[in-house]
Amino acid sequence: MIEQYLPIFLTLTAAVLFGFVMVKLNEWLGPKRPDPEKLSTYESGMEPVRTARERFSVKFYMVAVLFIIFDIEVVFMYPWAVSFHDLGPIGFFSMMTFILILLVGYFYVWRKGALQWD
Amino acid sequence: MELTTIVFYVFAAITLIAGAIVVFSRSIVYSAFALLFAFFGVAGLYVLLMADFLAVTQLMIYVGAILVLLIFGVMLTTRVIDVQMRTGTIHVLPALLIVAALAGVLVHVLVSTDWKVLPELFTPEETAPQIGTALLTTYVLPFEVASVILLVALIGAAMIARRERKV
Repeated sequence: MIEQYLPIFLTLTAAVLFGFVMVKLNEWLGPKRPDPEKLSTYESGMEPVRTARERFSVKFYMVAVLFIIFDIEVVFMYPWAVSFHDLGPIGFFSMMTFILILLVGYFYVWRKGALQWD
Repeated sequence: MELTTIVFYVFAAITLIAGAIVVFSRSIVYSAFALLFAFFGVAGLYVLLMADFLAVTQLMIYVGAILVLLIFGVMLTTRVIDVQMRTGTIHVLPALLIVAALAGVLVHVLVSTDWKVLPELFTPEETAPQIGTALLTTYVLPFEVASVILLVALIGAAMIARRERKV
């Protein structure tokens, strides 16, 4: 059982090690000749105008809420996809009904303008 | 079985340490971020309990979605980074009573449960195909009702968004 998760474990370990090693290598090997320009906040080459620690727009929250709903839909799709071959056409059409009902909501949200950024 | 025990303690440690950081951290951003590791540790524990579908759900819903929502919520709050949270101790007696009652229940469950050990040759099946089959045959009506509930949630979210725009 647990041996099945070895690839996941190896991927996780590789990802964490890669991130850690890259940051630390940069810290140890990179030359450090700081000046005020270099130490200022990196703002894609622009002059930083104000603090980045400010309130984020509430629009982000809306996107997150919509994301959660479709994320839950994906969770339902996962066991369906795994047992797809055993289910036959009935399973397929049950899932299509499921998606169709949510598609109504998707179009509603779309028409309502909730997907618009401004 | 030795490896499983080690992995269990690793995940338990991740969950508990991250949970402690969530509670004791003075910065709400650190708390929200530590919650990620607590959720991740719980997902690992689900894997060890042979509930692979639950583990995937835990990762997708809690780590993937709920936490994103929570961190957005934190970022939407005014001046959240610089606020030092005061974690004082209040209501000591009620808290003690509740904690004692909760601990009593937990200890009772711990003592009274008939803990079973799986036989050595037990090979667990994956739960996701079984859940998928059950969901689309026996429980197909609740499955479709779930989509209607999600539809209601979608429409509700759109309504709230609409009201935000007018203000």
